[in-house]
Amino acid sequence: MGNDLRQTSLYARHVALGARVVEFGGWEMPVQYAGIVEEHRAVRTAAGLFDVSHMGEVEITGPGALASVQRIITNDAGRLAAGGGLYTPMCLPSGGIVDDLTVFRTGEERYLLIVNASTAQKDFAWIEEHTQGAQARNRSDEWGLLALQGPRALGILRRLTRSDLQPLPSFHIITGAEVAGVDGCFISRTGYTGEDGFEIGTPWDRAPRVWDALMEAGRPAGLAPVGLGARDTLRLEASYMLYGNDIDETTTPLEAPLSWTVKLEKGEFIGRDVLVKQKTEGTARRLVGFEMTERAIPRHGYALRSDGTVTGQVTSGTFGPWVQKSIGMGYVARAQAKPGNSLGVEIRGKKAGAVIVKLPFYKRSG
Amino acid sequence: MYPDDLRYSSEHEWARQEGGRVRIGITQFAAEKMSDVVFIELPQVGAQVSFMQPFGVIESVKAVSDLFAPVSGTVVEVNTALANTPEIVNSDPYGQGWIVLVEPKDPAELQKLMSPEQYRKVVGEVST
Repeated sequence: MGNDLRQTSLYARHVALGARVVEFGGWEMPVQYAGIVEEHRAVRTAAGLFDVSHMGEVEITGPGALASVQRIITNDAGRLAAGGGLYTPMCLPSGGIVDDLTVFRTGEERYLLIVNASTAQKDFAWIEEHTQGAQARNRSDEWGLLALQGPRALGILRRLTRSDLQPLPSFHIITGAEVAGVDGCFISRTGYTGEDGFEIGTPWDRAPRVWDALMEAGRPAGLAPVGLGARDTLRLEASYMLYGNDIDETTTPLEAPLSWTVKLEKGEFIGRDVLVKQKTEGTARRLVGFEMTERAIPRHGYALRSDGTVTGQVTSGTFGPWVQKSIGMGYVARAQAKPGNSLGVEIRGKKAGAVIVKLPFYKRSG
Repeated sequence: MYPDDLRYSSEHEWARQEGGRVRIGITQFAAEKMSDVVFIELPQVGAQVSFMQPFGVIESVKAVSDLFAPVSGTVVEVNTALANTPEIVNSDPYGQGWIVLVEPKDPAELQKLMSPEQYRKVVGEVST
């Protein structure tokens, strides 16, 4: 591994827990501890703890903060009260996606944007360029980030904070929280697994203290540390987009199943013209989910065939440890993008059968 | 972890002579490295396999790897249990998790493989 790889403040914890460490987006991150399947099941049935400190945080503050955020994202931050948040793409003028992110309103003229690790530098440059009448600050080096996910996440986190978590709605944030004796944390009810859960921002160097307290408090509940491997299988079962695989600068939110995040009526924003046109005329291709009908596993980059011709590529694929099926997503011609339609996946020179299904592959009950 | 009665390939397959035939599987090192094996693409009975050429594919949740034949010959039996319970490769790589049984063309090829002692060095397990 190169010397320029970065480590989070939890690196020593991962090594001590016996994690297998890989390079991801310029960071040395744990891909698995006990094993992907075991970690995946822990999150679905109990709880899992993830180090996602590699993700980027950008703060926009000042009188022009809202207008800047609105210019940058496709979703509508205008409806956010303080403490509210949303998921959104941010687009190029072409409609291609620069990144997908969460945006929280943390004050009257203050927004917190959480972006992907691998695109953090590019994102900050883009955000800064399009911020007017406000200040954009890259605070990625100041914030550590943990994700506590699973049906028992609430019960575990409650023991470590006085903040009232029970009524915190999905995509809302509490700032200035104290967690495990660490001041200045934020807690949001967000995640990337399809389960209830929280993301906890801590001052960078205090993440190990919060991590240790959560591991301790969660032990009786079956809390497991979870690496990037299970993070990917969990998000794929829940059908969340992975930037760089399912969406990128060549795909638009309307081609991806993200039309719900495009609020054309909110007014001008970057990419709007193209998205208006796509909305009116329809996109040439759509991202669909599919299940294999024979024993085979689809992988990123495999060709998708329909009616004998190549119609697209697999963008994400895996064996779903919880749904117990081989599942995948990929772009296909619009005419073919209907649940029930058959697809062929080219796997090592052979065609394996698949059928388009409605997303998500997994939805938690209750 | 690496039984004394086996020969080992550089691609982490093992070969065990059973009468005139050779049983083939992957080593514990490979099984642990893959972790969570969820699919194995097997050759058919009667298929020809060649020394250190791919004869099948093994997939874990995250990764796809080729299986290499540690001996040339004809496949006389495949482990059909792997279709529904591929995880036995992880739990019992030298026993229930065997992969194919081959009628070797040239049993002397096995001498080109590593001894248990050599293989333990390759995977960084120093015997005491």
